[in-house]
Formats: sequence, C-alpha cells, structure tokens
Amino acid sequence: MTHHVVPVRVYVSVFLALIVLTFTTVAVSELELGELNVVVAITIAVIKASLVVWFFMHLNQSTSMTKLFAGAGLFWIAILLTFVFSDYVSRGWVPRAVWWR
Amino acid sequence: MWVFLVTEVMFFGGMFCSYMIYRNMYPEAFASTSRYMNVMLGAFNTAVLICSSLTMALAVRSSQLGQRKALIWFLVLTLLLGCVFLGIKAVEYHEKWVDHHIPGPGFHFEDTRYTQHAQILFFLYFAMTGMHAVHMIVGAGLLTWLIWMAERNRFSSSWYTPVEMIGLYWHFVDIVWIFLFPLLYLIGHTK
Repeated sequence: MTHHVVPVRVYVSVFLALIVLTFTTVAVSELELGELNVVVAITIAVIKASLVVWFFMHLNQSTSMTKLFAGAGLFWIAILLTFVFSDYVSRGWVPRAVWWR
Repeated sequence: MWVFLVTEVMFFGGMFCSYMIYRNMYPEAFASTSRYMNVMLGAFNTAVLICSSLTMALAVRSSQLGQRKALIWFLVLTLLLGCVFLGIKAVEYHEKWVDHHIPGPGFHFEDTRYTQHAQILFFLYFAMTGMHAVHMIVGAGLLTWLIWMAERNRFSSSWYTPVEMIGLYWHFVDIVWIFLFPLLYLIGHTK
C-alpha cells in the first residue's frame, strides 16, 4: 500500500469527464446511426471503465503484478466473448457435411 | 483483491455473453424492448454511481492522509449515494411490474410479434441488474462496517487496507453498471 496521495483535482477531473461521457452516450443514442449506435455506446463505456480503473482504482500507480492481474481479467473475458461469439456467428456459413448419408 | 475482481469479471462476463448471443439472435425484438426502459432514471442512476465512485476515491485519499473526520464523511456520502441508486432501481422495478414486463405468466408485451423474445430480454435485464443490485447491497454492508471501524479509529495513514480494498470493489461495481447502462437502456431505443 505504497500509493502516493493523488491531488483532489485529478479525481474531480476524472469525475467530470465521466459525467460528460454519460451525457454524450445518452445524446448519441438519440441519433439514428444504425449499427454505429452500438459501436459508439460500447466505445464510450470502455473509455469510462478505463478512466475508473486507471485513476480511481489507482492502476496507474500499481505494481506490475497488479497490472498483470487486471490485464488477465481483460484477456479472459476477451477469450470468453470472442470464442462464444465466433461460434454463434459462423453457424450456417459452411453447409453441413453430408458424408454420413 | 484484484484476483477476486477478476473472478467477478468472469461472473458478470457470463451474463454479458448470454446477452450478446440473444441480442444477435433476435435483434429486432431486443431493439423494440429497450424502448420501454426508462432512460432518464437509468442516466440519473449512472450519474449517482459516478458521484459515489468519486466520494469513495476521496474517502481512500482521506484515509491515506489519516484524516479520520473526512474519511467518515466521505464513506457516509458514498453509502447514501448507494442507497439512492438502489431506491431508484426499486422505482424502476415497480414500473416494470405495473407494465407487466416481468417475465412469467403475467408477461405482456405491446408488440405481440415479440412476446416470446422480449421476455428473454426482460429476463436478462432482471438477472443482470438484479445481480448488480445484490453487489450494491453487499457494498453498502461493507461501507457500514468501514464507517463503524473508522468511528472506532481503527485506520491510520499507515494501515488503511480495508478502505482501499472495499474502494476497489465499489469502483468495480460502478464499472459493471457503466456497461449495463448502454447495453440495456440505450441500444436501439430510437427505433
């Protein structure tokens, strides 16, 4: 627990950024952008989450070990989503083999 | 603590995964259901949680500096904001109850083409926000304990580990909501 004390100014700036991003994501969702709506919503959510992890959770001043664990969490969730989704999306791309007939 | 949070990521990850699969299977039904989510309340709750994350971060800061008064103050503020969030969530659940949007025999959806598939979304909505709310309640309990400990002067600038750990947990729960809000409330609500 050797984190040095972060000035209040930093926390308040991050907080303001998070609030502005929340307004932005709500405002953008009112526009009709088709598929882009999802992309924008997720991108803003990722930016917000990164701000929280990096500044509020002090990952910016954590040891490499902590960063490794945080990265591992990200990596496992990426595996979960990518593999499951690639299965569901690719179903029906290849016609079913008929060798058993 | 980070290891525990990684397991929590996987826990919520499973639910996000099922959300993604069903969204991919029934995009129109999902888009039509998110119109019945209360975006105003959802956005307000997002702001409430972000405020509580700020007060939590400031609480950890006060404990680093050994400022006991400020620590208790920020912890109480965080707890209050957490309760506001849960209160608004209860109002939203009540709205769903009144609109017959709770999956089960009494379920009724305005667009009858999507009755079946809309139930899946509302089921996921209750599962995901419900699990999130349970985490909030646990967090509120932990905060109460921290306030009690701080009241008894158990923390100092050389030992404040529980404050920091529960702070991490609180921020994590905030992050889950940061993802839940756009996925459940925003996507497709113009259609």
